[in-house]
Amino acid sequence: MGKNKLGLAAAAGLTASLALGSAYSEPVEDKLVIDGREMTTWTEAPADHPFDELISGWHYRTDETRALEADSFENPGMLYVERGEEIWNAVDGAAGKSCASCHQDASETMAGVGASYPKWNEAAGKPYNLELQINECRVEQMQAEPYKFDAPEQVALATFIKHQSLGEPVEIDLAEGDMQKWWERGKDRYYLRTGQLNMACATCHEDYNGRYIRADHLSQGNVNGFPTYRLNTGGMVSLHNRFRGCIRDTRAEFPAAFSDDLMALEVYVTWRGQGLSVETPAVRQ
Amino acid sequence: MTKPLVYAALAAVLLGTGPVTAGPVEPGNVEFAEDFTVSASLTDEAGDPAEGRKAFADRSLGNCLACHAVTEMSDQQFHGDVGPSLDGVAERYDPAFLRAIVVNAKHVFGEQTIMPGFYTLEVGVDVAEKHQGKTILSAQQVEDVVAYLTTLTD
Ligand code: HEC
Ligand code: HEC
Ligand code: HEC
Repeated sequence: MGKNKLGLAAAAGLTASLALGSAYSEPVEDKLVIDGREMTTWTEAPADHPFDELISGWHYRTDETRALEADSFENPGMLYVERGEEIWNAVDGAAGKSCASCHQDASETMAGVGASYPKWNEAAGKPYNLELQINECRVEQMQAEPYKFDAPEQVALATFIKHQSLGEPVEIDLAEGDMQKWWERGKDRYYLRTGQLNMACATCHEDYNGRYIRADHLSQGNVNGFPTYRLNTGGMVSLHNRFRGCIRDTRAEFPAAFSDDLMALEVYVTWRGQGLSVETPAVRQ
Repeated sequence: MTKPLVYAALAAVLLGTGPVTAGPVEPGNVEFAEDFTVSASLTDEAGDPAEGRKAFADRSLGNCLACHAVTEMSDQQFHGDVGPSLDGVAERYDPAFLRAIVVNAKHVFGEQTIMPGFYTLEVGVDVAEKHQGKTILSAQQVEDVVAYLTTLTD
């Protein structure tokens, strides 16, 4: 809940929970430990943040879903990490190289890298996310075709690289280049009401996190688990796919993946969740 | 139905000219009174609570259940709790106020409310093509939903 709305929303929540018994539910208090390492999933927000506390989407999921993410043998997203590792090592493109030809062992060279994206790219004059960086290496370094948005290989590689930062706090550098401007633009977008339903990201994720919207327990909409494994669809969901889905649900046209609008949104939303651990591949409903 | 409409309908029946054909009130012409009420029906036909009940639950229509719980509707799964339970709402508010809430909740609760306006074209940007220039509910569906809400007395 937003800071200003706490009182009002809490009062309304009380009415709802009285009427329904126990429907209103706070995020579950629990600890996420993966392979013996404790994740930061609930932490104090910085002073200039709309929230008092930052809470991972993990806390809003059911006992079963939370358990699935905690167990890396059971986590279905780990299959995509394995697939990503295969692609990492596979030669592709006219230059006859694999990612590993230049970057060697990802567990060393990519450790912590995913936690710092999106990152300013001076040559491109805009922020890059992992998917854009991967495509750049494919085109420039490997002379291979760039992946189309949400190609299975793109999602698997992004999952694999992000997973090398498991447990690291998300932290992006807004001091580089024009990152601050992109942050502002993303913030405008976050509060922009779209579609026939006339809702902004903030309407759901800032004003009403903790509530149920039909069957869905609304979270703060943090990005630290992406790409995530979704039980509903039985596959991985990339961040821009999620953004587009949330915008579509307001009955609005959605911007193209990796468009300036969605890159700005990625910068801003990533900033909102700084300090939470990378959980990729997180498991969500 | 307001009195003049009733008389008009009666006259039409007596003269054998069929129903009044003024058509529903356009979304831009709905009159909100100072006290946030819309007292005139949007159509010539009385709301049907059974149809209203369906529109209330239907995800492609009102989808009111997404945000409101109603005990009477326990045959339906997954009642949301973004908004208050609507049990007994007919005891709290009269139909003119309920109609105003359904037509455009922003006029009643303020711009910031999450509740969509169901009979208004004052909407967000980039509306998807198939929804452009359209309201979420038709005038008759608004009347049906209001008729259903008036049955929620406890
Ligand atoms: C021919 C060598 C070469 C190949 C092959 C290559 N890269 Fe790169 N990669 C680089 C260089 C050089 C940089 C740093 C400069 C830049 O940003 O382009 C880089 C940067 C990166 C970064 C950013 C690292 C950071 O610290 O921000 C990622 C992620 C990355 N590459 C992933 C990949 C992936 C995935 C593949 C395989 C699809 C790949 N690379 C293939 C040379 C290569
Ligand atoms: C109508 C309400 C609604 C709106 C508006 C909305 N979302 Fe969501 N969003 C959801 C629901 C429901 C989920 C799934 C449950 C959850 O994590 O909240 C979700 C999930 C997410 C997630 C995944 C969270 C996780 O832990 O995996 C992100 C990120 C997200 N939304 C971002 C956004 C952004 C950015 C916007 C604005 C462009 C937005 N949402 C607008 C309802 C909404
Ligand atoms: C996205 C969530 C949402 C949807 C969908 C929604 N509402 Fe609401 N509604 C609210 C909220 C929240 C309030 C409380 C006012 C506020 O805080 O803005 C409210 C208030 C109300 C009230 C006043 C209740 C009281 O006791 O004060 C009525 C009546 C109502 N809604 C009816 C409906 C009907 C009928 C529908 C479907 C046609 C509907 N709502 C759809 C969120 C929603």
